[in-house]
Amino acid sequence: MQEGAVLEMRGICKYFPGVRALQDVDFTLREGEIHALMGENGAGKSTLIKVLTGVYPKDGGEIRIKGVDGAVSIHSPQDAQNAGISTVYQEITLCPNLTVAENMYIGRTKGNLTNWKEINKGAAKILETLGIPASPRQQLGACSIAVQQMVAIARAVDMDCKVLILDEPTSSLDEQEVEKLFGLMRDLKAKGVGIIFVTHFLDQVYEVCDRITVLRDGGLVGEYVIEDLPRVRLVSKMLGKELDDMADIKKDVCTAEVSVDGVPVLEAEGLSSSAGIKPFDFSIRKGEVNGLTGLLGSGRSECVRAIFGADHVTAGTVKMNGKPVKISKPLDAMKHGIGYLPEDRKGDGIVGDLSVRENIILALQVMKGFFRPFSRAQAEAFADEYIKLLEIKTASSDTPVKSLSGGNQQKVILARWLLTNPQYLILDEPTRGIDIGTKVEIQKLVLKLASEGKSVTFISSEIDEMLRTCSRLVVMRDRKAVGELSGENLTQSQIMATIAGGDESCQ
Amino acid sequence: MPVIVKEPKEQVKKPQESFWKRMTRHQLFIPLAALALLVLFNLIADPSFFAVSIKQNSLGNPVLSGNIISVLDNASELVLLAIGMTLVTASSGGQDISVGATMAIAGSVILRMVCGGQVSADSPCMPILLAVLIGIFVSMAFGAFNGALVAYFKIQPMVATLIMFTAGRSIAAWINNNELPIMNDVSFKYAGTFLPGIPVPTPIFITIFMVIVFWALLKFTNLGLYTQAVGINANSSHLNGLNPQMIKLLTYMILGACVAVAGFIRVSRSGSINYSRIAENIEMDAILAVALGGNSLSGGKFNIYGSIIGAYVIQFLTTTLYKYEVPSTALPAYKAVVVIILVVLSAPVVREKLSHMKRTAGKTVKEAT
Amino acid sequence: MKKFLALALSVAMALSLAACGNSGSGAASAAASSKPAASGSELIKVGVINNDPNESGYRTANDRAMREMFTEANGYEATFYNNNDAAQQIATAQQMIQDEVDYLLLSPGSTTGWDTVLQDAKDAGTQVILFDRMLEADESMYVAAVVSDMPKEGVTAVDWLASQGLDEYNIIHIQGHMGSDAQVGRTGALDEKVNAEGNWNYVVQQTADWDEATAQQITQSVIDSGKSFNVIYAENDGMARGAVAALDKAGITHGVDGDVIVMGFDCNQWALQELLAGNWNYDGQCNPFQAETINEIIQGLEAGNAPTEKIIYTPEQGFDATTISQSDVDTFGI
Repeated sequence: MQEGAVLEMRGICKYFPGVRALQDVDFTLREGEIHALMGENGAGKSTLIKVLTGVYPKDGGEIRIKGVDGAVSIHSPQDAQNAGISTVYQEITLCPNLTVAENMYIGRTKGNLTNWKEINKGAAKILETLGIPASPRQQLGACSIAVQQMVAIARAVDMDCKVLILDEPTSSLDEQEVEKLFGLMRDLKAKGVGIIFVTHFLDQVYEVCDRITVLRDGGLVGEYVIEDLPRVRLVSKMLGKELDDMADIKKDVCTAEVSVDGVPVLEAEGLSSSAGIKPFDFSIRKGEVNGLTGLLGSGRSECVRAIFGADHVTAGTVKMNGKPVKISKPLDAMKHGIGYLPEDRKGDGIVGDLSVRENIILALQVMKGFFRPFSRAQAEAFADEYIKLLEIKTASSDTPVKSLSGGNQQKVILARWLLTNPQYLILDEPTRGIDIGTKVEIQKLVLKLASEGKSVTFISSEIDEMLRTCSRLVVMRDRKAVGELSGENLTQSQIMATIAGGDESCQ
Repeated sequence: MPVIVKEPKEQVKKPQESFWKRMTRHQLFIPLAALALLVLFNLIADPSFFAVSIKQNSLGNPVLSGNIISVLDNASELVLLAIGMTLVTASSGGQDISVGATMAIAGSVILRMVCGGQVSADSPCMPILLAVLIGIFVSMAFGAFNGALVAYFKIQPMVATLIMFTAGRSIAAWINNNELPIMNDVSFKYAGTFLPGIPVPTPIFITIFMVIVFWALLKFTNLGLYTQAVGINANSSHLNGLNPQMIKLLTYMILGACVAVAGFIRVSRSGSINYSRIAENIEMDAILAVALGGNSLSGGKFNIYGSIIGAYVIQFLTTTLYKYEVPSTALPAYKAVVVIILVVLSAPVVREKLSHMKRTAGKTVKEAT
Repeated sequence: MKKFLALALSVAMALSLAACGNSGSGAASAAASSKPAASGSELIKVGVINNDPNESGYRTANDRAMREMFTEANGYEATFYNNNDAAQQIATAQQMIQDEVDYLLLSPGSTTGWDTVLQDAKDAGTQVILFDRMLEADESMYVAAVVSDMPKEGVTAVDWLASQGLDEYNIIHIQGHMGSDAQVGRTGALDEKVNAEGNWNYVVQQTADWDEATAQQITQSVIDSGKSFNVIYAENDGMARGAVAALDKAGITHGVDGDVIVMGFDCNQWALQELLAGNWNYDGQCNPFQAETINEIIQGLEAGNAPTEKIIYTPEQGFDATTISQSDVDTFGI
């Protein structure tokens, strides 16, 4: 083993039926470093993590861990845990029906006797030191997603690990929570823990990491010290080609044609819903891309869900193209030419066990009616068209959509709504948790749709993404629309200031 | 569409899946294999099992007779229940355990209608078809009751249907004032026995008819897509314009219709009913048929033909056990053993192993060459 | 669509409510009958615990007879309770003892678990009379038991069958629910005879769990495998009917002058009519009318005369198709 290394993986190979998921991948993690594992979706990051944590058996290569002679064999997550490897996954893998403390200690108590009092006490202490706003006796499912994520991290941290793997831990956290997490990661680093950090947020990589290992198509591209690898080069390594700077997406080309006059495509007044959104006004014009921004839980999603009729609408009026319409359920919205890509891709978006084809035609099929199913040939034609158009990576249109990578799942849902040919498309966090290449594709797509005269509402946590795509931004705070920015006001600092509110200082 | 990022051109090479693997992966593999095994066993043990002869029945009609005919005939009720149960399972991720009790209700209603409330009647008081339609209506109403509990009150299907499971047979008895009505007219028994001049038992025709109805329903409507979508992800279905509650309710009502037809066949076999014994424990066989068909009992994707084959496997097994005169007391044990084997074989883990086994064997061969 | 659903739902709910009301009528009738009689003479308080009347025609008749006997007109203040579940029965029995019934009439759902109830009854001075079913307890714990003699029913039937003087007896024996009193009693005599006689054989011996459809399948299976038989010995009427349905399908004649002798038990009215029509040959009585005998015992006890026998068998007979009359059907049919 190399000097100072806590973990060495050499020549790791993993095959799935028909897919070479990992080919001769090396990875070295040193003591007290934060090491970013980067790559597009399908590059093999998750597979490598799962091999390391014993979820998948490896088909070749060896793993060495500091303090153990020879190669270790890891056949189960339990083995990994015993070897000092702890993992926090992107999707919460805890039990929502148990308490916070039970979740932190489940599967870790030695012997049959469990001293709940001690456990609750211990959990309370850890939660306090990490500043997690949760009580040990609280049921986990009752906590926000962010807190659940932090509890998962707390659980991993408490396990006295040598290697901590964080797989997309920040995708559900807001900035303060991310900062808290980074503070925690730095603490652990100082204690000599090696941290593997998997994320799509480039900023975060450059903020907290020491080294970067880049994977592409199941193979190793290289390992770099962070200072030696500027962003643009990182991105080009990940994509395997030189990429025009992402900021090059010129919005002026597309948004110039927004007609300022004329009737808005959609105009809502005093809309509020059972999900607790305060009455808000909203309008969008033909060919316009506007955005909703705000912190996590500020009511962005609730806002668009009310427009789409996904939650019970309690008050307000909606006009489309000047005519009052009644949208009380999603089908009403769909019939008026509105499409909605929901925030929670897995929970609200895909229908996991159904095929890519069925997922693509679903919305259009529902609009067409119960007694008028598409013929198989027609459905195939639709699916194939959009698989090609959006370059969805899938073995066939018959593949269950759940077996696709996140970005490709998102494209399937996009395809579903594009197929309905909507005049107004709502995209709620379409780029969360997907790779940079696809992100850019989606942004391009949004602008293209706008240039074709469609209206799009774009919601994203990444402000630069919004800046690139939107010509107007509605800022939300505490379930209320607090400001609207456009033209010259549309800058990063102005947005931050509006999000933070009048008295608080902006970042 | 302008896309600046091009996917890598080189596609990962996809090895052709072996025939064995595709076969074992197929959902219908286990039920068909089980059926084949039973057939094989009977062929070897006693080929006369498959003998079919023509006999004269007591009304003087020529009728087909033989074990195979018995299997097809007696499985009819179970096939109908399995079809409905598959849909309910797919949409709600749970099972209706009240189908036996609801069969008693439907049978009771039909008998009450044709007997006109008398204890014994020699000719039907109303057209039999009308009585059956009333039976179907009542049974669907009870299905709607179960479905509403499941869809709108979000009660677990097994708990929700426990109500009718417990109360159903009392309701059936109450419908006929605790009397056991008897319908003596031969025409009432046509559906459960033979139509004059036709040598094939009528339940087989009814079953074929119902299977065709459901084939058409699945082919010419979106019933299949909707129930699966709702069963897999109700939230997502809602956001795609579906009404998940309504669809769940609908599947329970469809099951209600299946149950009524099954109940009609059952009472038509003898022209009478025994509330506490009719179709006793049939709900378990119906659920088993769904499972044997390779369908997940937690809902989602389904294959209705798997359940149908599953139902025939169960009846084939029962008839085989009767044929070999397994002692009364040991009968459930034999059945249990076979069922355990089938269920374990159809478990995804085992099936994965099965296809893997052959694959690794193939791989080593390749490596050796 | 929504309106239709609402309608359908309310119909379903109304039906189930009504049914609940019906099955709960045991308690309701008790309330109705608890008013003191106008005659002023002291009413005898009895608590009746019986099985579910829907269980079978036999049970329906038994329950009805009990309800008709223990009325105010006959000098009783009665509380009825029907349930097959022994645990529920026990709870209710204890309640009745606390309510100080004079007599507890009991048809237990299971043979064990009654020790506390019987002791409590004894302590409270409540007299226990068992009917239809026995339980495991010392004879001193109850006053009397009025039951059917199931083994005797079997013997009567087998004796009748032997008297038919066939050269060979090839029997399809369709049993009831294994382990039940009726099954054990009715199987016992036949088993003994088949073991003893060389020309008595079982073609098949199988349980149909009292279910008609299953009995039909079992018989069908024998016919399909081409075995010859000349007797169907079904342990209740429903199963006999199922077996006959299979015979009819195959065109096998049965009953008087038929190829196959058909035997059933319980003497349902419709079954006796089959006998009268010559379609069946024999039906063994299982007398559900214990109410009369129980009444006599209670009246005796009230007059100070304890019953001479602990276990009292209700009189039962077997009916032959060749000798049965319409009046038999009317009198003994249940």
